[in-house]
Parts: sequence; structure tokens; C-alpha cells
Amino acid sequence: MNEITMMLLPRVENLISRYVHCVDDYRLAEIPDFFTDDALYRIIPRRNYEQGHLVGIMECDGKGMIHDRMSSLNRANIFEPHRYRHMVSATVIRGAEGGEIRADTNFFVARIMESGEFSLFTTGVYRDVIVEKEGQLLFKERIVVCDSTRVDSLLALPI
Amino acid sequence: MNNISTVAEKPKIYWEPNEYHHVPYQIYSDGGIYEEEQKRLFRGPVWQFVGLDMEVPNPGDFKTTWIGDTPILLIRDETGALNAFVNRCAHRGTTLCFEAYGNKPVLSCVYHNWCFDLQGNLQSVAFQHGIRKQGGLPKDFCFKDHGLTRLRVAQVRNLVFATFSDETPPIEEFLGETMVSHMNRIFNRPMKILGTYSQYMHNNWKLYMENVKDSYHASLLHLFFTTFRLNRLSMEGGLLLDDSGGHHISYSKVKTDSSQDTEYETGQLRAQQDDFTLADRRLLRTFPEFEDGITHAIQGIFPTMVVQQIQNSLAVRQLVPRGPGECELFWTILGYEDDTPDQTDMRLKQSNLIGPAGLVSMEDGIIGSLVQRAIDCDSDKSTVLEMGGHSVENQKSRVSEASVRGFWKAYRTHMDL
Repeated sequence: MNEITMMLLPRVENLISRYVHCVDDYRLAEIPDFFTDDALYRIIPRRNYEQGHLVGIMECDGKGMIHDRMSSLNRANIFEPHRYRHMVSATVIRGAEGGEIRADTNFFVARIMESGEFSLFTTGVYRDVIVEKEGQLLFKERIVVCDSTRVDSLLALPI
Repeated sequence: MNNISTVAEKPKIYWEPNEYHHVPYQIYSDGGIYEEEQKRLFRGPVWQFVGLDMEVPNPGDFKTTWIGDTPILLIRDETGALNAFVNRCAHRGTTLCFEAYGNKPVLSCVYHNWCFDLQGNLQSVAFQHGIRKQGGLPKDFCFKDHGLTRLRVAQVRNLVFATFSDETPPIEEFLGETMVSHMNRIFNRPMKILGTYSQYMHNNWKLYMENVKDSYHASLLHLFFTTFRLNRLSMEGGLLLDDSGGHHISYSKVKTDSSQDTEYETGQLRAQQDDFTLADRRLLRTFPEFEDGITHAIQGIFPTMVVQQIQNSLAVRQLVPRGPGECELFWTILGYEDDTPDQTDMRLKQSNLIGPAGLVSMEDGIIGSLVQRAIDCDSDKSTVLEMGGHSVENQKSRVSEASVRGFWKAYRTHMDL
């Protein structure tokens, strides 16, 4: 890792931490602000990802669709109230060329229901492409690769 | 003589003969009923969907799946034929293939290395003759009697079905002409798999199949559909049932919405907020795909299969029971091999509507559980299915529970209840 990426690492990890805190605090309206206008956000099981299949669990092409997801959760979709708690690993920088940082970060997500029931909901890796816009780091691409092909009940909130 | 393995007593259940508009809650949670279903439905004279032929394109390719509780191995042999077996070694009952997908030239068991050919015949047994004439199999051991348990296999286009019973009628007869022609409609040219996943639900498998067959709930539970005029009961459409009642097609055409003078227009429905607009409408980009103009068609095949066309989102779903109170739904999302990149992109975007995170369908992942947890305590009470009357027949209106009643008609016939 060269000096520039070493300097970037704390900022990248800060972006990833702020994102998971935002989800876990249920500040859904703020989620789109972590992404560039043309960002890709995709949740996909590892098997599909490795086989080169594109279709997964969730697919947002652009900040607008991420916004629509959040407002649909807020206004349209019906699900039992629940929260997530994310734990993320240290981030590995895979590359930094042409103003784009490629970073991988492992995650565990617990799902906590209002009844008190909680479970390990999903595990996997964030495969991120991060860019700097007006002094701020943003996700240009966030591929959420889930280790399991199975989802328990439903997946409403973003990972 | 006292035989401990006597035939189990039939579960006691109170259900008026030939009644399909009331269903006892007991049917969704009774362990005895669940056991009977394994015998009469899943291992009985019924075709069961086990996969798509393109999941196993080459000789030796296999996938593992389930019919009811029974683990199944679907494999293509050297001649190109598809064979289905119980995924279990004939020696000690070990699981033969424990990968989801794979390729094997011969089926060898990891436990004692008994080997079966791709037609399920026992080929070789490790140390068959013992070592230095000690041990080994007895001389009269018959290899022929120790093959894998083989199922009958039938195919409609890409869809592969299997059955345990010799009495199951031919697949075309089992499905009926209407159901087969609808499969031919979708599987009309080479298809490709765009993705797979499964969804684990905390409810009896029949609650999910009822949900699939319940066209009445779509615009009431699922707000996303209604608000964006993707599917409304006031659109042109209908319900088609086969003679048994067990299979159905619910279809509609999106361009024929005439919702004046209905509850949609007077704003009485909760599931309607007309100020709800999308920031990016590319999510709803579609292209006309079928000449008949049908934009939505859900086909439920008895007992546990669904063929889905929701605009350009094409998929098959296979439901696997996981005990009386749980089930797992396996989704395979499809496109055509000749899709343009733009068409693939539209299918990809529309995949947001379906599955466990589906903007339209995510509620289906919990609705069965919301029922299950409230009925387990009162097995003597029953559910009500009277929308569209008490009959089991084709209906022009989808404000009907006729196809749900049809499911129960077929269910009672097979279960002898």
C-alpha cells in the first residue's frame, strides 16, 4: 500500500462507520447522501456474484432509486418494526486509481425485533468503490455480497 | 401379534365434506397432517417441480433439492437424459451429494465408497471381496437390488418434474391443457438464469400457497403495486382454474385500467396514496413481451410451484416445507438468451419488485407468519374464504378466493380428507 492510500484509509473507514451507524440509528432519509448521483447499490448472494449473475436481492441504479427505496420503506411497505446492528471489520484497500478507491470490508448484521427476538441476520463483504466529491468521500458503488443465499422472512432495511 | 409398525391412525380433523370456503386452522399446524402430506402429496401420485433443465446442462451435472422432506438429486446422464433419485446411498442412508450444484461422472458415497452410475445402478462396492478372502459381501448379495431410489421424471419445456408414484398420470394430463399452454407461452425460446436465492418463512407451506392463489390481497396488502398502477383489480383480467382446482392462473393487462366508481377512486383504501411518486421512474421501465397483452400472470401449480410474470420479471418459485410451521421458497429469476442488454437491464431493475426485498412482494414474507402465530392456539376454529362465492370455477373478477378454494379442493382429494 502506498502512502496516499495509507492516508486515505482512516477517511474510508470513517465513511463506512458513519454509514452503518446511520442504518442502525434508523436515519433512513440520510442514506442516499452517502452515495454519488450515479451510484450503484446492489445486495447479492455470493453464489450469484461469483457465477457472474447480476440479479440479487436489491438493485438501486443511482441515488434516486436509493431515495425511492427509503421512501417506499417509510410509506408503502409493511413489515414488523425492527432494527439492525452492524459490526464491520477493518477495511482493506484493493486499489486507488483514477480518483477511485476500491475497498473491501466484512460485516455482520444482527436483526432485532420489537418482541426482543434477535438473530444474526446476514454476513458478507462490502465491495465498495469510493470517490471524493467536494472534499467528501461518497460511495460510487456498493456491492453488498451476502455469504448466504437465504434470507430469513424479508429484507427491508438496507445492509 | 403386536406389530409396533402398524399404520398410523389418520389425524382427526373436523371438516364438513366438500366444503372449501372454510378451512380448519388445525390443517396449518398439525404434525400428523404434515406426515400425511409427505405420504399422500409429496410421495403420492402428484408431479413435483424439481428444477430447470438449464441448471444441469451437461452430462454429470447435478443439483440437489427437496420434494417435501425428501432430499432429491437431479442429474443428467451420459445420454443427456435427466434422472431424479432420493439423494441417499443405498448402503447406510448417507447423503450422496451435499453440494447445491456440481458435476460427477459417477455417484460415489463418501462413507464407504459405494459407487452408483448416473442411472442409479450400484456399480461397485469397496472391498466387495474382503481382504485376503476375509470379510466382504456375501456371495448372494445382489447388486441389482441395491440401486438408488429412482423417481419418474417428466419435462414441460425447461421445467423438470418428478414423482414417486407409478400411478401419477402423464404430466400433460396432470397439468391440463390451459396450464401447459401457459408454460409454453413463457418458455417459448431458450432461457437463461439471471439469479437465484431463497426465502425462509415461519409459516406452514400451505399459507404461502394460499397467498400465491389469493388475487384478492394483491392491491390491499401491497401498496407499491396499487400506487403505481402496476396491477389493480379493476384492470382487465381474470382467474383460470384447471379441473382439479389445484392449479390456477391469475392474469391481468396493465393498460386497461378503468377505476372510476370503485373504491380506488373514492380513496377508501389504505393501500393508496396518490401523492407518492418515484424520484427515478426507470425502475418501472417495461417492454411489451407477449402478444396477448397480458402483463401480469401468476401461475400456481399444485402443490408447491409458481411461474411468475410480473411485467418483465420472469421467475419460477419452488416451495419446500420445513416442518409444520416453516417453509423455504426457492426463487430462480429468468430472462431469454436473446435479450438485448437494455432488456436485461429492465429485468434487473424490475427484480426490485420481487423476492424477500421486493418493493411489491416483501410483505408476503411475513404475512403467513402473522397468520400462523395467531391461529396455533385455536385449532378448532377455521378460516373464511367466501370472496366470489363458495364455488371453484373460473372467474372474471380477481376479487375472488376461487383459486384458494380450488387449492383446498385438490388438497382434500389427494389427502382423502
